[in-house]
Amino acid sequence: MTQNIEKFDVIVVGAGPAGNAAAYTLAKAGKKVLQLERGEYPGSKNVQGAILYADALEQLIPDFRDSAPLERQVIEQRLWVMEDESYVGATFRSDRFNQMPGNRYTIIRARFDKWFSEQVQKAGALVICEMTVIALLRDESGKVIGVEVDRKDGKIYADTVILADGVNSLVASRAGLRQDIKPAAVALAVKETVFLPRETVEARFNLKGSEGVVIEMLGSISQGMAGTAFLYTNKDSISVGIGCMLSDMKAQNTTPAELLEKLKTHPSVAPLIAGGETREYAAHLIPEGGYKALPGLYGEGWLLVGDSAGFVNAVHREGSNLAMISGRLAAETLLELGEKGLPSSAANLARYKARLEDSIVLKDLKKYRNIPETLDSQRQFLTDYPALLNDAAHEFFTVDGRDKASKEKAIFNAFRERRSLLGLLGDAYRLWRATR
Amino acid sequence: MHIVVCIKQVPDSAQIRVHPVTNTIMRQGVPAIINPYDLFAIEAALALKDQLGGKVTVLTMGPPQAEAALKKALSYGCDDAVLVTDKLFAGSDTLATSYVLASAIRTLDQENPVDLVLTGKQTIDGDTAQVGPGIARRLKLELLTYVSRIVRVDPAARSIRVERRAEGGVQVLETRLPALITMLEGSNEIRFGSAPDLFRAARAQVRRWDRNAAGIEDITKVGLKGSPTIVSRVFVPSSRARKALQIGFDPANPEVATQALLDKLLAEFPKVKKELDNKRAAAGERHE
Repeated sequence: MTQNIEKFDVIVVGAGPAGNAAAYTLAKAGKKVLQLERGEYPGSKNVQGAILYADALEQLIPDFRDSAPLERQVIEQRLWVMEDESYVGATFRSDRFNQMPGNRYTIIRARFDKWFSEQVQKAGALVICEMTVIALLRDESGKVIGVEVDRKDGKIYADTVILADGVNSLVASRAGLRQDIKPAAVALAVKETVFLPRETVEARFNLKGSEGVVIEMLGSISQGMAGTAFLYTNKDSISVGIGCMLSDMKAQNTTPAELLEKLKTHPSVAPLIAGGETREYAAHLIPEGGYKALPGLYGEGWLLVGDSAGFVNAVHREGSNLAMISGRLAAETLLELGEKGLPSSAANLARYKARLEDSIVLKDLKKYRNIPETLDSQRQFLTDYPALLNDAAHEFFTVDGRDKASKEKAIFNAFRERRSLLGLLGDAYRLWRATR
Repeated sequence: MHIVVCIKQVPDSAQIRVHPVTNTIMRQGVPAIINPYDLFAIEAALALKDQLGGKVTVLTMGPPQAEAALKKALSYGCDDAVLVTDKLFAGSDTLATSYVLASAIRTLDQENPVDLVLTGKQTIDGDTAQVGPGIARRLKLELLTYVSRIVRVDPAARSIRVERRAEGGVQVLETRLPALITMLEGSNEIRFGSAPDLFRAARAQVRRWDRNAAGIEDITKVGLKGSPTIVSRVFVPSSRARKALQIGFDPANPEVATQALLDKLLAEFPKVKKELDNKRAAAGERHE
């Protein structure tokens, strides 16, 4: 006996930030929304560093700070350019962050996503977990009209399907809506959550209350591969991780676990996590192909949002915020079509892309469109410069018999020897080009 | 057939740890699951429903968040779910719990006569295996524990036949309905619910009964007050370190190695050696 499950206005596939933002916006506006998640609960399969940028969530839930499970409010941002035994760093710490509503927080995604999903359900969406979409249903003209799930009697219909099923987007790939991700367009990131007493975290990072610190790292820790590392303070744990382009890892025959072990023993990192107990280990792919690797974002009856659309700004470590923004914009596009009585045709869904282009999602991705290629072909930015910078600092801060002018000259000569004068000018130009 | 399945939401004990200093269980971040043994009871109930028709009601006593376990049970195909929850029940031991559940089953029986009560052989957090038998005793149900297979249920004849795992073999038992069965692990495999079942579960309203709705007559029999069990001490047993013994042997001469191993083992377990010697002697006598 085949039972027919009723039809929905929108089916959202996936309960991460993008899917939740879309489902929340649509349900709140009164649409009949079904959200399907293959994990045991929303957040069970989701991995992130994780930093929450408040703005994107505030657009959806202005008072989220009252109920969302936030770890620490980031008041200090450090950037470390690393060599094997040292780092040159820049730090911005400001108490002004304490005097305004928080702009960025550390979060634990399993908890945060669960909370976010509760808001979605309160808004009126039907959320069903442990249900995996295996195919898209189409009518004779090819328009997407629903999904088929991995369970008996599992055909479910909707006017529009929003695919928020993450970086692999198996559904979109299988349906031919986008290509499989390429190793050169995706980073493999791993992280450990190291538990320490709250007081220890606060003492080591000079924190009080719910203040938090973020450290972003690059340089020798990625062993010449395109990648960065991070260390985030949570309430009573520290998230430490590293990610590099999958194609690089393959070429170097390195595993992310090796990279992470090395990072953890770096003399500047080890004391920060010393004595902690690793209780979680997670790995995830991050679409870092940027603007040039974006797939088609919409079509007849379907939209891609979040990681499945490749919305990650690798330079600024932004992704979940772009996911939320894209989810909201996808929803708002559908609400606009609904008001005007227009169907979810590809021609009408083009408005979604227009909204994205008008937002930081595509504006920022466009700005950094050349970064992946630059980093891929110009490895000196990840190898030579961090080394030069650290050597220079070492030279400069060692007081010995030599006069300062000689020291400066030695430093400059070191740069020139390694990169040549033209090389230095060329690198400056390349960096300037890649970031505008 | 109206089958009631009693389940318990438990912390996934595979992920639980004991605090090394305070000896208390650290539950933080440990997911709550349906007691794995209860899944065999749920599947057995659903299989009977497939065969004979009727209704499966899933029942639990617990805090409000135990609703998740009931919803999960509905997603497998159970028809109705009742959560018996009341602040007064806090701290109930197995005696008090069986009293609450028995009262609730009696109330369910008034709505729709109950033919069979199923539950897992024990929970993974308490490990007592007392609640099932306690309910059976209170409701004067025929009790069948450690059941590995329900052979058949005859609703007309009001009879049930099961296989029960016992020391040294399998007992085939037959009794009359209504009965209470505690299911053994490995007796079946929980089904993968259909899409409509998951939709129904997601939308279902789990019925919540407080002590009045559940038909509790004597509140001195529930909660801490009704629980004579005293937990005097909780501790982590010290791990028993035993050294592995290596017996060197010549690969060309396996018989010698086998004999060496046997001698070692028999020296370690004199009782076995004695039994073996006796048997040998008996066999020897027969040969002579």
